[in-house]
Amino acid sequence: MSAAAAVPIRDKAASFDVERIRKGFPILRTKVHGHPLVYLDNAATSQKPREVIDALVRYYEGENANIHRGVHYLSQIATEEFERARETVRTFVNAARASEIIFTRGTTEALNLVAQTYGKTNVGAGDEVLITAMEHHSNIVPWQMLCAEKGAKLRVAPMNDEGELLLAEYEKLLSAKTKVVAVGHVSNALGTINPVKQMIAAAHAKGAVVVVDGAQAVPHLKVDVQDLDADFYAFSGHKMYGPTGIGVLYGKQALLEAMPPYQGGGDMISSVTFEKTTYNKVPHKFEAGTPDMAGVAGLMAAIDYMNGIGIEKIAAHEHELLEYATEVIGAIEGVRLIGTAREKAGVLSFVLDEVHPHDIGTILDQQGIAVRTGHHCAQPVMERFSIPATVRASFAMYNTKGEVDALALGIRKVREVFA
Amino acid sequence: MPELRDLYQEVILEHSKAPRNYKALESANHKAEGYNPLCGDRFTVYLEMDGDKIREIGFQGAGCAISKASASMMTQSVKGKTKEEAEKIFHRFHDLVTGHGQGEDVELGKLAVFSGVSEFPMRVKCATLAWHTLEAALEGKQEKVSTE
Repeated sequence: MSAAAAVPIRDKAASFDVERIRKGFPILRTKVHGHPLVYLDNAATSQKPREVIDALVRYYEGENANIHRGVHYLSQIATEEFERARETVRTFVNAARASEIIFTRGTTEALNLVAQTYGKTNVGAGDEVLITAMEHHSNIVPWQMLCAEKGAKLRVAPMNDEGELLLAEYEKLLSAKTKVVAVGHVSNALGTINPVKQMIAAAHAKGAVVVVDGAQAVPHLKVDVQDLDADFYAFSGHKMYGPTGIGVLYGKQALLEAMPPYQGGGDMISSVTFEKTTYNKVPHKFEAGTPDMAGVAGLMAAIDYMNGIGIEKIAAHEHELLEYATEVIGAIEGVRLIGTAREKAGVLSFVLDEVHPHDIGTILDQQGIAVRTGHHCAQPVMERFSIPATVRASFAMYNTKGEVDALALGIRKVREVFA
Repeated sequence: MPELRDLYQEVILEHSKAPRNYKALESANHKAEGYNPLCGDRFTVYLEMDGDKIREIGFQGAGCAISKASASMMTQSVKGKTKEEAEKIFHRFHDLVTGHGQGEDVELGKLAVFSGVSEFPMRVKCATLAWHTLEAALEGKQEKVSTE
């Protein structure tokens, strides 16, 4: 894993107290079918620490009022907190300005926003949008819809059998026709970390803008949008210990200013008459209506929480877990790992002999183990590996080697049932 | 607490490993495809109808143990039955796996081994996929059926 590779992993992980962290996540005390919960479905959504849950309660108990509207006390408090959260997010991804941070419902809405605004004004007939073979449906479908509407072409950069992007093929697909490149920073189905910095540089050389789907990256890696030189970077709060329903779109100021609004409504305007409306400045131009203010408070608490522990320490711990899991699960007879890229984060996908992932999921659940089974909203990835589905174990900072051992035991139980 | 063995009964495991009537019927005059996008299960059901009667039935496809065993045992239970009889069996089977009511008084025979499915609501769609596909084939519908 690139973020962790630069630091001595053992030293970093040594000061990481996973048992103490676990105590801060109330849901981890849950018993499932009489067994302690082993939650390994973090790529779908992570659990929430006490700090995030408290932030939601604190918001509703002490701060709730509509932002950017009233002159009264609570509205002022809520507005200040909302804008403080924007600044927290700015620092988290190292954006140049807070106005480059737009709050959305999640990654999906952020990607659709770019497709429907930047895409609609800059992609025309005969142009191309380039994605990769390992994208999540949310980074395929919005571009397909755009291409269908505009008469543009969707191109797909291929990957190898390990689940690594073929960079040379990607570069060959870039041309003057390429208007947008949309790429996942980390694959949700395979765990592959894509070389986005290199990909962005190559795309810029051809004049294309790059939209990065960072949903699976921000929980596991230190992201610096300026260092990457990303034009747009999207992520969700709920996969990084924050609440559901809140996400972020980062966009370069100049691009955002030139884009038309996404939705019309309150807060996104500076003046309205029946003849003409003048739009508000960024980021408010893209935040029509009352936003998820409690969600924003929770997202800020999640970022503070991660910063308090240290993203490098989280990355090092998860890297060690993934290596351990790869070794232990990979050694089980009949297991085939899907996605064995050199650079990976957080995800172990596999299939087992002739046993369908759905059966595996049910049998693991009976032992309290939560994994995702299915196509992980990445059907083209399943097709690429000629499988209908995989079992996916995905890790967060609170997972332990003991839980990996429980998973291994669970898989052996599956083999017994189907023996 | 639901028990795994209630779901994965020996008969079910055995049918999933060696499904019966697992073939494309050359003589088919009705055919339908079923798909469960949640887990990727996909089956095609072939029927050779003699008037209102299912003279021959076959299926092919891929899916989990529950869906495959259900398809296999379905072919055995409806072969030789009329359209109306087959639909009655399906409705009774549906009640069994969802844990609802008693439905019409139809003898399910071996299909009773699927009673454990009602303790696993997430798996009802697996157990009924082939049946929905059969229903579509009987109706002569051309479009793909989906359990999502």
